[in-house]
Amino acid sequence: MSGLIKSSLARKVVMALSGLFLVLFLVLHVSLNLASVVSPDFFNEASHFMGYNPLVQFVMQPILIAGVIIHFVMGFILEAQNRAARGVGYVMYKGSANASWVSRNMIYSGLVVLAFLGLHFYDFWIHEMAYKYVEANPADPTRYYVETVEKFEPIWRTLIYVVAFVLLSLHLWHGFASSFQTMGVNNKYTPAIKSFTKIFAVVVPLAFAFIAIYHHLNPITH
Amino acid sequence: MKLHLKIWRQKDANSKGQMVDYPLNGVEEDMSFLEMLDVLNEQLISKGEEPIEFDHDCREGICGTCSLMINGRAHGPDTRITVCQLHMRSFNDGDEIVIEPWRAKAFPVIKDLIVDRTAFDRIQQAGGYISVNTSGNPVDANAIPIEKDVADQAFNAATCIGCGACVAACKNASAMLFTSAKVSQFALLPQGQVEATERVQNMVRQMDLEGFGNCTNTGACEVECPKGISLENIARMNREYLNAAVKA
Repeated sequence: MSGLIKSSLARKVVMALSGLFLVLFLVLHVSLNLASVVSPDFFNEASHFMGYNPLVQFVMQPILIAGVIIHFVMGFILEAQNRAARGVGYVMYKGSANASWVSRNMIYSGLVVLAFLGLHFYDFWIHEMAYKYVEANPADPTRYYVETVEKFEPIWRTLIYVVAFVLLSLHLWHGFASSFQTMGVNNKYTPAIKSFTKIFAVVVPLAFAFIAIYHHLNPITH
Repeated sequence: MKLHLKIWRQKDANSKGQMVDYPLNGVEEDMSFLEMLDVLNEQLISKGEEPIEFDHDCREGICGTCSLMINGRAHGPDTRITVCQLHMRSFNDGDEIVIEPWRAKAFPVIKDLIVDRTAFDRIQQAGGYISVNTSGNPVDANAIPIEKDVADQAFNAATCIGCGACVAACKNASAMLFTSAKVSQFALLPQGQVEATERVQNMVRQMDLEGFGNCTNTGACEVECPKGISLENIARMNREYLNAAVKA
């Protein structure tokens, strides 16, 4: 197994599989978030279920966090190796002549998304952990909608979220289809996978951004 | 044509190199890029200076020996050609042209524009062959029918001339297009099946040992490859490798 992880191809597969797993998670996340716009009651219900179901809390959540950590740690390892593999750099290098900007700058789009995750964890996850386990507050199935909308009252947070979603879009634009190539899928379905990737990379971050902006523009009046 | 050349000069593998400016007059647009360098070298020799060392052999785009990074692109601005097939008509009078060797830790500079590409030989030696005793073997390989489509794919992979442009162009200095072409040309044919598992594992292991980077699927290699080797080969190598890992 350790021999497998030493291999460049195995590291790529780890990157691709963890990436695809996170893509699946994004679908779930955006679906639940959309509920906060459509039906606050359903959003509260679903959030309460996610927050207190032991399977979600103690099995799925650790798997998700592990997925995030594996993806970015492996990304850093690969980036360091790739930089070392060049050795002496070129005086002139026209990367734009043969590859897209997004494909060449995955580390930067990824770093922005990672930095955003720091804020996002602070905003919601740390808050939840403190609410439930530190302050040991009683379960309140009606608080989630209000807490979420209040988060988007300050314009700065809304803007940071929107910028992060733009970078997430760029990251997905290359990464989603790329993971299929890494898994060995390059056949008659590849054009369809690439088209779907582009739609997904626009629609999902756009939906996230819409939700943030919607709550910013529709604050809860006290 | 008058050109302003900026060329990497490096005395030997252990020396520190640098870019040196060379103005060059009287370049004709029908000259190949290598002939242009020949003209410059004749001038340098007549002045008693050390000529610029660069790799070349067939000058017909077949051997894969020539290897120059020209204005930031492997084999220069045109696509699907090697440097020897690049002509000065692709440039304009007064152009500044930056000429550098392939850059990769696995391709150390030997002198000036010449790099050591024996890392490719070692990858090939790790598994790019089939073990068939031809002596006294009565079975003709051509007697096994192969679908035209499959034969074409194997042939296309086999057209790789091992020039190293894929490594030079890749932002990660990855050799996956080269290695995958060499894996694919066997993986597609029945003769290659016997050693398929060990082949892909050994060739990938050697590729990693040489210090090449990891593929991030930017596709730069495919664009700069003079033979148009497709990214499909990298996907095939990934499949072969995953299959080998499952079998092992």
